[in-house]
Amino acid sequence: MEASALPKEQLLGMYRTMVTIRRFEETIRDLFFQGQIPGFVHVSIGEEAVPTGVCAALTAKDYITTTHRGHGHMLAKGGALKPMMAELFGKRTGYCKGKGGSMHIVSYELGILGANGIVGAGIPIATGAGLASSFRGNDAVAVSFFGDGASNEGTFHESLNLAALWKLPVLYVCQNNGYGEFTPTAESTAVRDIAVRAQGYGIPGVIVDGNDVLAVYEAAQAAVARARRGEGPTLIEAKTYRWEGHVVGEEAFIGFYRPAEEVEAAKQRCPIALFTQRLVGTGFISEAELERIKGEVEREINEAVEFAQSSPLPEPAAALDDLFSA
Amino acid sequence: MPEIGFTQAINEALAEEMERDPAVFVMGEDVKLGAFAATRGLFERFGPARVRNTPISEAAIAGAGVGAAMAGMRPVVEIEFASFFYCCFDQVCNQAAKLRYMSGGQARLPLTFRCVYGAMGSAAAQHSEVVYPQFLAAPGLKIAIPSGAAEMKGLLKAAIRDDNPVLVFEHGRLGWTRAHIPEGDFVLPLGKGAVKREGTDATVIAIGAMVPKALKVAEELAGEGVSIEVWDPRTLVPLDREGMLASVAKTGRVVIADEGHLRGGAAGDLAAIIIDDGFDYLNAPIKRVTALDVPIPFSPPLETYVLPDESKIKAAVHAVLG
Repeated sequence: MEASALPKEQLLGMYRTMVTIRRFEETIRDLFFQGQIPGFVHVSIGEEAVPTGVCAALTAKDYITTTHRGHGHMLAKGGALKPMMAELFGKRTGYCKGKGGSMHIVSYELGILGANGIVGAGIPIATGAGLASSFRGNDAVAVSFFGDGASNEGTFHESLNLAALWKLPVLYVCQNNGYGEFTPTAESTAVRDIAVRAQGYGIPGVIVDGNDVLAVYEAAQAAVARARRGEGPTLIEAKTYRWEGHVVGEEAFIGFYRPAEEVEAAKQRCPIALFTQRLVGTGFISEAELERIKGEVEREINEAVEFAQSSPLPEPAAALDDLFSA
Repeated sequence: MPEIGFTQAINEALAEEMERDPAVFVMGEDVKLGAFAATRGLFERFGPARVRNTPISEAAIAGAGVGAAMAGMRPVVEIEFASFFYCCFDQVCNQAAKLRYMSGGQARLPLTFRCVYGAMGSAAAQHSEVVYPQFLAAPGLKIAIPSGAAEMKGLLKAAIRDDNPVLVFEHGRLGWTRAHIPEGDFVLPLGKGAVKREGTDATVIAIGAMVPKALKVAEELAGEGVSIEVWDPRTLVPLDREGMLASVAKTGRVVIADEGHLRGGAAGDLAAIIIDDGFDYLNAPIKRVTALDVPIPFSPPLETYVLPDESKIKAAVHAVLG
């Protein structure tokens, strides 16, 4: 897809989302090293085109489920920086009042049915959200974002079969970043292209360049249209690369397990840099405009950090709230 | 009051709730034909969209239930046998149980799981287990264990209307039981136990299918001049602590009868609560009557040896009476 095929406003919105994800995750990585963020932090730096391209094809009523590496999906679906940052700090003002943290950040209001600490667990949940849409006739689709590792989980296969059988409006978006935890995909997965697994369930399996936000958008749009027409699910494999480790700070306990050349080569295909070139190439977007957006994002991130830092911690006894609906 | 059977109670509860609320739907393996007759006729009445026959994919079924509940439906998911829950443990214990809490109270999960549990006669270890103690250790799940047809109907209707995940355990051996149930909308609250027989000398706390056995023992012991109170918790979560402790305070002697295993089981859990909060009421140590700590065996004499029964309950009552 040519960049000039889309309205300027939409292109700049996608650019802003990608930069926001990048800067949000770079910032939390640094804050983690400073000891300001407790727990585990998994970042998706280098993979920003996937959530951005897919969510650009969605509307507010659509649902997503995501993974332990879910900040990007959350932001692309409309997550606000302040309650996200506050949640990572374990503060009362966070999306989950400090009960979820990075791996469980959710906003039901935004149709985000949860990041998830269990690999593959969000896949049947999105399938169920698609099932609910088919009942309610509200035209909503559900997207399950997951990694290459999750495509080896039983939930992936059971869900694809079920959704294909019932023609549910679901997008299964496999963000293949080359590694499942610390193991290269080739050492854990019997097929090179995860998209071929769609054939086993009689549904389309599409491979896209996961660093090309417009290619991702185009594939997602087609899959969303198919889902809304009632023709069933699509498996999209977006091939990308995880610039950072599985978990921030892992060098301290696992060392380096990836060839430096491999990481460097991936960085040469930075999704934001690639998109920048194409935007400027349209002739109707200037570098100055993009710089202005970067400046605005920077300010918003700083405000979110200040908000999180200055927010109160939860009262300890609040640990007993929110177990059951009244 | 009309008399209905246990299976009919399930069927009526499902049909009434589906009539009442279009968000209610049934999903599970072989629900179309109704493997245990509980869902029989619902497919014809409500159609394939609301009585969804699924592939044998417990994790996907349970997970789809979670997702559909969060997206505004009120699913009733059938997991044929309780032991099959092990195939979808993640979706029940890591997802259904935790999503509301982890989201700081954002999620609403009106989700019911039904299953058949317990020893039915030579079904062997993978079709005879009670399984509910595993869920007792997962905060965020409600657990109902009906002891007869009335409880079955009333608790299932309450479970479907509840905005939380509720697991309903239906004992395979209760299928033959019948009860008189008031006509109309019969709902029993979750978290309220029941004195099934009043007595003064000892309390038998009986769970699920142990209730009719305890009542039989109480009747026999009455002939010996012993007055037994039988108390049915009906739900383990929420637990009617006050009701349980009131009976303990009244009799001062307690036997807990459960078909689950002794170690890590529901009987031990209730005993611990009584010791924590009602120790001063006790005139004798608590006795637990449970399955022995082996998987439920196949051959009839082995199975009988392992399972709790009337004679074991009676012996325990004599022991606490001293």
